[in-house]
Amino acid sequence: MTTSTALPSLARVSRTRAGVELKEFFRQRESVVFTLLFPVILLLGLGAVLDYDLGSGVDFPQYFMAGVIAAGIVGASLQNLAIHIAGERSDGTLKALAGSPMPKTAYFVGKVAQVVAVTLATIGILLLVGVLVFGIDLPSGADWLTFAWVTLLGAAACTLLGIAVSSLARNSRSASATVTPIALVLEFISGVFMPFDQVPGWLQDVAAVFPVKWLAQGLRAVFLPDSLAAREPAGSWELGTVAIVLGTWCVVGLFLCVATFRWQDRGSR
Amino acid sequence: MRPTALGAPLDPDAAISIRGLVKRYGDRAVVDGLDLDIRRGEIFALLGPNGAGKTTTVEICEGYRDRDGGEVRVLGVDPARGGRRWKADLGIVLQSGAGDSQLSVRELLTAQASYFADPRDADEVLELVGLTDKAGARGRTLSGGQRRRLDVALGIVGRPTLLFLDEPTTGFDPEARRQFWALIRSLRELGTTMLLTTHYLDEAEELADRVGVIARGQLAEVAVPTALGGRGTAPAVVSWTEGGARRTVETARPTAFVAELAARFPGEVPDLAVRRPTLEDVYLTMIGDRS
Repeated sequence: MTTSTALPSLARVSRTRAGVELKEFFRQRESVVFTLLFPVILLLGLGAVLDYDLGSGVDFPQYFMAGVIAAGIVGASLQNLAIHIAGERSDGTLKALAGSPMPKTAYFVGKVAQVVAVTLATIGILLLVGVLVFGIDLPSGADWLTFAWVTLLGAAACTLLGIAVSSLARNSRSASATVTPIALVLEFISGVFMPFDQVPGWLQDVAAVFPVKWLAQGLRAVFLPDSLAAREPAGSWELGTVAIVLGTWCVVGLFLCVATFRWQDRGSR
Repeated sequence: MRPTALGAPLDPDAAISIRGLVKRYGDRAVVDGLDLDIRRGEIFALLGPNGAGKTTTVEICEGYRDRDGGEVRVLGVDPARGGRRWKADLGIVLQSGAGDSQLSVRELLTAQASYFADPRDADEVLELVGLTDKAGARGRTLSGGQRRRLDVALGIVGRPTLLFLDEPTTGFDPEARRQFWALIRSLRELGTTMLLTTHYLDEAEELADRVGVIARGQLAEVAVPTALGGRGTAPAVVSWTEGGARRTVETARPTAFVAELAARFPGEVPDLAVRRPTLEDVYLTMIGDRS
């Protein structure tokens, strides 16, 4: 029998893939706890323990809101994708998909849908806990717009980097063992867990190469009063630079993805 | 039947047609001038020791690997240039299986079906592979044999013209293997061409219309299972018990010899057995000659 009927459209297969990716994520208890709840636990734990005043009436939970959302975005995109795609490559899932008539674009659309859903869920839960438990002030007016584009650009850069990094690991366990400490270190030196001006100068310079610092800084512009911009390295939020650096990392990430992505395990070629 | 002569043109009507296939890893040619034609509608079993080039050949046909030389057509298309439409006519059951998933058996099948133009109904496929009871179960809760049947279900849900089965029954108990054989036979009745690689010679003998033996990157011989390695005409060994001792005779005319024996004994010939070389015997001889 010949296939006289048309193959399903990219849009239709992409919808199927998005459904598959959402089920794969939300049904796996480890990934939900690790990715979705870890930032919440951080917020509850550090928010309850650390109780100092940063000036201008800003307490630690208000400051930490920006950092923990940055950590949540990195977890939902970079860490999540690097670990799970490495797993799908080592257990043959990717190879099976590559041998099917699924348009390859649909696979990546599915992953993006997963990142969007997990990112929105993480941010939603963090904001809810922040308001209900710590009484943090939500952004107002134009800050929401900044919130939206910083999140979008940061998540896009980290999604592309996550897909690229997955190719370096042998399997999901080695991906986790590599990516998790790197993400934590970047978060530490990027002012996620403590005020950025308390990070030593040379570490600030190191952090400034990577996207996490700029993502956190852009989010601080959203959650902190403008009076605190004076404590940033440049004395301002540098939103233009945030956009340029995150945009550059998107381009770098895309290039790395195209150059490194493999549908089969190493050694099987 | 001998392998196709070198230089013969590709067979346009064959499901798979291969001429002079070469694949090197570094300096080593894993596949070294292999010729093969697989007809539409047949079950073809590819046998050979590990490292002989079996999986490499099959994965070149599936479009997973590039080749370094020769010509290959799978359903009339060069696999190195096969697009979505070509892939929609193939079913692939990989040695590694389909991987872990949080999805249920039915969800996995429905997702796989959605990549194809004219898929089979998911429930119909579940019935065919005997997983109807497990439709709602997650992949990870299945036993080894059930997982393999799920792999086959995923391979056939797209209604393939040509199905690749790479060591489909490794790790099966004898009963599961017999059930699987029945499944393959029912697929043949639906007109599916199958390329089977296996280490189990009884499986090849049971299922295949023709078998091919790969040794050192070339096709040593292609034949129907009962004729491989001159099996059909090889001397038979007749054995029986006489005067308290076991007697054996090798003969090219076992029927006539047994008739003579029957005349010498009043009733049954005690412990009479006539044995032809098994597929395993001729296979081991063939790969022994070559490696």
